[in-house]
Amino acid sequence: MKIDIATEGPSNGFNFDNCARNAMLQKNGFVCPTAVKTGTTIVGIVFNDGVILGADTRATEGPIVASKNCEKIHYLAKNMYCCGAGTAADTEMTTSMISSQLELHRLNTGRVVPVETANTLLKQMLFRYQGYIGAALILGGVDSTGPHVYTIHPHGSTQISPYTTMGSGSLAAMSVFEARWKEGMSEEDGKKLVRDAIAAGIFNDLGSGSNVDLCVIRKNYTTEYLRGYEYANLKGVRELSYDFPKGTTAVLKTNVKRFEITETIRPIDSGSVPMETA
Amino acid sequence: MEMSGNDWMTAKHSTGTTIMAVEFDGGVVIGADSRTSTGSYIASRLTDKLYQVTDKIYCCRSGSAADTQAIADIVRYSMNYHENQTGCEPLVAEAASEFRNYCYNYRSSLMAGIIVAGWDKENGGQVYSVPLGGMLIRQNCTIGGSGSAYVYGFVKEFYRERMAKDECVEFVKKTVLHAMYHDGSSGGVVRIAVITKDGVERNVYFAPPEPLPNVSPVVRMVSA
Repeated sequence: MKIDIATEGPSNGFNFDNCARNAMLQKNGFVCPTAVKTGTTIVGIVFNDGVILGADTRATEGPIVASKNCEKIHYLAKNMYCCGAGTAADTEMTTSMISSQLELHRLNTGRVVPVETANTLLKQMLFRYQGYIGAALILGGVDSTGPHVYTIHPHGSTQISPYTTMGSGSLAAMSVFEARWKEGMSEEDGKKLVRDAIAAGIFNDLGSGSNVDLCVIRKNYTTEYLRGYEYANLKGVRELSYDFPKGTTAVLKTNVKRFEITETIRPIDSGSVPMETA
Repeated sequence: MEMSGNDWMTAKHSTGTTIMAVEFDGGVVIGADSRTSTGSYIASRLTDKLYQVTDKIYCCRSGSAADTQAIADIVRYSMNYHENQTGCEPLVAEAASEFRNYCYNYRSSLMAGIIVAGWDKENGGQVYSVPLGGMLIRQNCTIGGSGSAYVYGFVKEFYRERMAKDECVEFVKKTVLHAMYHDGSSGGVVRIAVITKDGVERNVYFAPPEPLPNVSPVVRMVSA
C-alpha cells in the first residue's frame, strides 16, 4: 500500500483548471452560469489632507439584486483602501492577496508601504492574467509623498488621477466630479461631493443602488471607514395594518383527538474503553 | 452579465492615440495627445503617454494601455539595472532594441506601437520606431497611433531636415493638434518633451477653442 507522507495541498491563488473543461462544455451547447458581477458605482478623490473613497452597496447577478448591502471598499493596509468593481469574487480575492503581500512587505522593511507599491503589485498581477481576473479597482491611500488615487483596469493598465470613477455608474458619478471637484477641498466638502457622486450612480444607474459607503484616509495616517454613511434607500413604514381580523374564516366543525404518550429513558452503556488522551 | 451594455469590462483599454518624435541637432522633440479611451468612453483626458525610461530616454506609447505600460515598466527596470551594473547611461539604441525584443517575441499577444526617443553621448538625439509587428527602425521623424493616419500628408509636406529646436517643437505641436482635430480617439492637450544632453524640458499645450462652423445665410423662399 502506498503511504502519502506529504500530500500536496492546494496551491494559493486562482485556479484555471476548469477553463478548458468549461469551454468544451460550452461548445457542446451547455449554458454556463454567470459569475456574480457588481454593477457598481465606485469613486475616489484627493482632498486637502488625504483621500476619500466611496462606493454603493448593491451586488447584482444578472437582473437580480444578489445583495442589498455588500462591502465594496476593501482593506489593503492601514494607509490604503481599495474599491472594487467587476466580478465580486475577483475583487475580493485580488485585494486580500495583495493585502497580505503588503503586510509582509511592511514587516520586512519596517516602513509605511508606498501606495505606488500596491499599484505595481495589482497591475502586475492583473496583467499576468490578461484581463481574465475581472477586477476594476480604485486604489486610494497616503504615504510619505502625500495622498494618491490610482485607477486600475482589469487588463492591468493604471492611471493616477486627482478624481476618478469606475463601474457601470461611473458616467453618472464622473459628471458630478467634472462639475464640482476642485483642488484643495476640505474634508467636509469632499465627503459631500463623494456622497453626491455615489448617489448619482445609485439613482441613475440600474446596476448600482442601496447605500453609500465612504472611507476617509488622512495625511496624518488616521482612517475612518464609514460603513453605511448614508442610507439612500430607506424602506417606507407601513401606515395601516392589513391583517385579517380574527374570526374572518368561519369555523365549520371542530374535532379533538387525544394522544397517549409514553416515554422511557435508557442509560447509555459506559463500559467501553475510555478515550485516549495522551 | 452586463447591465447597461457599456463595454468597460470587455473592451481593452486603449490609447487611441497620436504620438510623434523628431530628431534635431543636439536632441529630440517628442509629443503626444492625452486621451485614453475604452470603446466610446474617454477613460482619461489627462493621460501622460510620454514615459520616462531613463534620465534621457523616453518612449511614446500607443495601442493597448496595459500592454505598453507593462513593457515600458520592464524596460525601465532593465535599463536601470544595466546602468547600475555598467555605471554609464544606456544608449537609446539599447533601449529601443529591448523594446523591439519584447514587441517581436510577444507580437501575437501584444497590441503596442512604441516610439523610443532620447539622447546619448555616442549618437546624440535619436528616434526609433517599433511598430505593431515588432520591427525596429531609426527615423529622423516619425508619427504613430490612430491619429497619425490623418497627418502623414502634413508631415510629408512640412518636415524639413535640420530644423532648429524651437521649429521642431512648433512642428510637433501643429502636427499633433491637427491629428487631434481629425481623429476622434485622440484629444485633450498636447504634451511635449524636449530631450537634450542637459536633460528634459516638458510642456503642455491646450488645443485652441474650435472655431464656430461657418454657416452661410440661408436664402429662404417665401411664398407670397
